[in-house]
Amino acid sequence: MGVEVRVEGLTKSFGSQLIWGDVSLTLPAGEICVMLGPSGTGKSVFLKTLIGLLKPDKGHVHIEGTDIATCSERRLYEVRKLFGVLFQDGAMFGSMNLYDNVAFPLREHTKKSESEIRSIVMEKMEMVGLVGAEKKLPGEISGGMRKRAGLARALVLEPEILLFDEPDSGLDPVRTAFLNQLIIDLNEMTQATCLIVTHDINTARTVPDNIGLLYHRHLAMFGPREMLLSSEEPVVRQFLNAQRVGPIGMSEEKDADELAREADQELPPLPPIPVQQLPSSGVIRPTQRPPGEWCRENGVTPPPGSFAADVVGATT
Amino acid sequence: MTVSTTAPLKHAGSLFAFALDTARASVRRPFQVREFLQQAWFVASVTIIPTALVAIPFGAVIALQVGGLIKQFGAQAFTGSAAVLAVVREASPIATALLIAGAGGSAICADLGARKIREELDAMMVLGIDPIHRLVVPRVLATMLVAFFLNGFVSVVGVMGGYVFNVVLQDGTPGSYLASFTALAHLPDLWQGQAKALVFGFIAAVVASYKGMNAGGGPKGVGDAVNQSVVITFMLLFVANFCMTAIYFQLVPPKGA
Repeated sequence: MGVEVRVEGLTKSFGSQLIWGDVSLTLPAGEICVMLGPSGTGKSVFLKTLIGLLKPDKGHVHIEGTDIATCSERRLYEVRKLFGVLFQDGAMFGSMNLYDNVAFPLREHTKKSESEIRSIVMEKMEMVGLVGAEKKLPGEISGGMRKRAGLARALVLEPEILLFDEPDSGLDPVRTAFLNQLIIDLNEMTQATCLIVTHDINTARTVPDNIGLLYHRHLAMFGPREMLLSSEEPVVRQFLNAQRVGPIGMSEEKDADELAREADQELPPLPPIPVQQLPSSGVIRPTQRPPGEWCRENGVTPPPGSFAADVVGATT
Repeated sequence: MTVSTTAPLKHAGSLFAFALDTARASVRRPFQVREFLQQAWFVASVTIIPTALVAIPFGAVIALQVGGLIKQFGAQAFTGSAAVLAVVREASPIATALLIAGAGGSAICADLGARKIREELDAMMVLGIDPIHRLVVPRVLATMLVAFFLNGFVSVVGVMGGYVFNVVLQDGTPGSYLASFTALAHLPDLWQGQAKALVFGFIAAVVASYKGMNAGGGPKGVGDAVNQSVVITFMLLFVANFCMTAIYFQLVPPKGA
């Protein structure tokens, strides 16, 4: 069963440069969340702070009664066993082949026999479609394969919290779709709390239960998927619909002149909210809400045409 | 960009803290035997041949200097003794240290630095494994072990180089060279040489690991880290060498004094 991650007033800066300040949010147990943000807004830094690789300047990260930001080194290593993390480039150990890489956490942390390890490793390798590549070294395979191998390694210890650092960067759209499906299926199977850091709009619109948006050194919004997709808030609206009109500029935020010039421009209407991607089984996940539920409960009229393929059993 | 005046102190402090962490982690079980053996073999393989090649001319230069000087005093009989003293006490630990830092340390630093920028170290920490315990401790102990044996090796090769040079080129007599071995040198000289080698190995490996694990900013960062680690190691080694020599002379008075 997944674990809740509660973030309170988190602030991080490098030297005198503030990365983001006062970020508070809760990753609900067993749900899939996406953290979005323009390039360079510290999404990866946020992820590293969650696992205690970076110490925040202020604030707390509560996981099962432990505050990651202030706990002892020893306790940190204990808590980290709850985590599975997929790093941007897979972060495979270059001196070991894929099999040894995936087996590494098991050999270090468990007293399992080699045959038990073998069956677990092969199961995970099959899950990510890497059977037959066990003997390859990380340097000999493509970036996409490294990423999948990294996922297999993150999964062997049955983590309660899964963090993905840009799972779609450097992958083609088809592989991205497969990887997204894999994340959803994993969530259905293991009920692990998932956090995906990305700037892929398609992933953000169809995969998660909750979306967060980091922008201009703060958390612009965090909430259920339908809340953000139906939001009229300029930053959220611009980013989630990949538009040029809005407060986000090419380098940083736009200046007053540019915004004044845009003031009378008609914003394109919000596109319809797509249905959430279902697990391969076609059954709604335990933590997934039925389409349109949030909008109904909160009296928000979703954009016309939303949830069009709203048939249970449709697997996108 | 402002450079704070306390920045160097901060680095020195964190290097010292890193050394303490390493020392503490070295007694924690389970000890990484495999990694230790692999690293010891690796460090030995990159240092043995250059060390031998450096040791021969080192011994010869000392024989040349001392031989010339001693002839002016008319004390040729003590050439062997002076060469042994110089090689065993100073030349051999220093030559060992330079090669351990230059060949072994830079390789360790580059290796850890590459792992750092590929996020391998982060991945390891996330998997609940302390890289200091898993990677740094075996490297430090392996380097110390190799430095210890390398020092013995350099002493032998250096003395032999001095012998060949003295006997063949300076017309010294083999008998007096060998007979005067123990005239000035005594056994504690060898022990202090070996102790120095251990300390130098520790410093070289700790600095290399520290710099490697704190590399940042892509491949260029690794290059910079290697460069800095070699420079810092050399500076620390010479300071440590001076201190250890001074302490040694206080503790063990020279023979016959």
